[in-house]
Amino acid sequence: MTDAHAARQPATFAFSDENADKAKVIIAKYPPRFQASAVMPLLDLAQRQNDGWLPKAAMDHVAEMLQMPPIRVYEVATFYTMYNLKPVGKHHVQVCTNLPCWLRGSDVVVGACKRTLAIDFGMTTEDGMFTLSEVECLGACVNAPMMQINDDYYEDLDSDTTEKILSTLKSGGRPKPGSQIGRHTCEPAGGLTTLTGGKASAKKAPKRKTADKGMEK
Amino acid sequence: MLSDADRIFTNIYGLDDPGLAGARARGDWDGTKALLAMGREKIVQTIKDSGLRGRGGAGFGTGMKWSFMPKEVGPRPHYLVINADEGEPGTCKDREILRSEPHKLIEGALVASFAIGANAAYCYVRGEFYRETEALQRAADEAYAAGLIGKDACKAGFPFDFYIHRGAGAYICGEESALIESLEGKKGQPRLKPPFPAAVGVFGCPTTVNNVESIAVAPAILRRGAAWFAKLGKPNNTGTKLFNISGHVNQPCTVEEEMGVPLKELIERHAGGVRGGWNNLLAIIPGGASVPILPKSICDTVHMDFDSLQKVKSGLGTAAVMVMDKSTDVVRAIARLSRFYKHESCGQCTPCREGTGWMWRMMERLVHGEATIEEIDLLQEVTKQVEGHTICALGDAAAWPIQGLIRHFRPEIERRIADRAAAETEAA
Repeated sequence: MTDAHAARQPATFAFSDENADKAKVIIAKYPPRFQASAVMPLLDLAQRQNDGWLPKAAMDHVAEMLQMPPIRVYEVATFYTMYNLKPVGKHHVQVCTNLPCWLRGSDVVVGACKRTLAIDFGMTTEDGMFTLSEVECLGACVNAPMMQINDDYYEDLDSDTTEKILSTLKSGGRPKPGSQIGRHTCEPAGGLTTLTGGKASAKKAPKRKTADKGMEK
Repeated sequence: MLSDADRIFTNIYGLDDPGLAGARARGDWDGTKALLAMGREKIVQTIKDSGLRGRGGAGFGTGMKWSFMPKEVGPRPHYLVINADEGEPGTCKDREILRSEPHKLIEGALVASFAIGANAAYCYVRGEFYRETEALQRAADEAYAAGLIGKDACKAGFPFDFYIHRGAGAYICGEESALIESLEGKKGQPRLKPPFPAAVGVFGCPTTVNNVESIAVAPAILRRGAAWFAKLGKPNNTGTKLFNISGHVNQPCTVEEEMGVPLKELIERHAGGVRGGWNNLLAIIPGGASVPILPKSICDTVHMDFDSLQKVKSGLGTAAVMVMDKSTDVVRAIARLSRFYKHESCGQCTPCREGTGWMWRMMERLVHGEATIEEIDLLQEVTKQVEGHTICALGDAAAWPIQGLIRHFRPEIERRIADRAAAETEAA
């Protein structure tokens, strides 16, 4: 925590009543002497309560709840990439640029994000609405390229759909998560090659051409 | 070619109801009590006889792993830990089980826990899979409400709890001992072995760590018999497998196929073929980022199973097939993977912490030919100094893609170095 952020660090943090109840349920998942196991879910809960980032006061609060030395909690908070140690935008846009996404045009998606939001990786828009991050493989490789915004995955992207998703968010809308070319999940876009006998599959099997857009490198 | 009748994951695309009613209609939770009545030994023996090898990448025998657990439960309880920290680039199969076939996983967790004498399972799901975790939790809630798990699971007199633990963004937690550390609320840094988890695992207790897919196929094997599973695939490489086909194919997809399926057939039948046709193929990484790349000449004939891929100095890994056509800058592709390993090294062992950064910087120079020919050999030497000199396999995983590149694409690296040298001479 650098001086630049110290100013934005709240002096205190406490779980809301609702989250304090959730915390109790979480702690009860683990054996009695192993309360420390709850540190990750509690830090996540604290981060969600605090607009998507984790102040030091929240780490100290969790340390106290779990009777852990604060340094052990700081270690965890700094080791895992999903804990944001400084404020993030309302929408945290995380673009995967690992190999499977890159092969399918993640450079184009990155370009569309930077252009639409007018920021670079690691930056937040002035209105505090968007933070843009580059991330490693998010595990949706057959739906590449893709990005995660808060808890949702947006898949099978190209330049246009990326821009549209961000514009929708800008205007306060909620874009539809998942595949942007009409796939249900991870089936082949041209129609099923297996499991063709089921009634549901016969009904819903998508018949779409593969989107070739956004594959230029 | 596998027939639909032999497919285990009949709702892998989520086209049908993933909930309990849908799962039951597909045969999940059918006579689970009778499966438990087989008893610990017979369950473990059946999984051993089926030849099931772990689906998380290493391919260790699942039944064998279960048999390492103490036969009698002592003062320390036993635990099953399910590894759903899916993060190997190219791999996205467990995600589909979590969101579309969650009941297969929970039923599998019950029978596996019973087989190893555990009354609780922790499923460690990567933190980014938030929606998938919600789907799994919904299924667990349904299973509790229906009495399938809980104080008297399936009315078999066996108490069983299923807990979900979310990760928070660290590839290394897919390594089983790092995962255990993380589950205990620590940084995910791998432990020295021995002791192995079956002796001292999570909370200091005997623990088995299995991949999602390994656990999810167990009930089907117990129901249909070891012989059914063993006759699919090839000897020592039995059964069916979820394949993820990504990259330069016409229709990227996930598909369940027989082990040992020819790579070419897998891609042409299910993924719509290589973009621009098979002859436009440059290379394929057949099993996730860690396994060495294969040039087209090997891809023409290789089969997708542990032993066939090992023979050509690669590996089945997680069966994540990444296809690259001739437009691919193959050196840049491997450099990207090197950056990934540098980012994900936990920093515990010096050869990996320092070596991954060193290898990545070297790879970035090779992309532009900013090196001498001798430095290719130096890089190869460094990969050998990292490989096998670290607590966990991340060091190996960082070394292998580079070794594969040098093995099959050395002329391309040399060409870039020569081109750059020529351009510099001309400019001077």
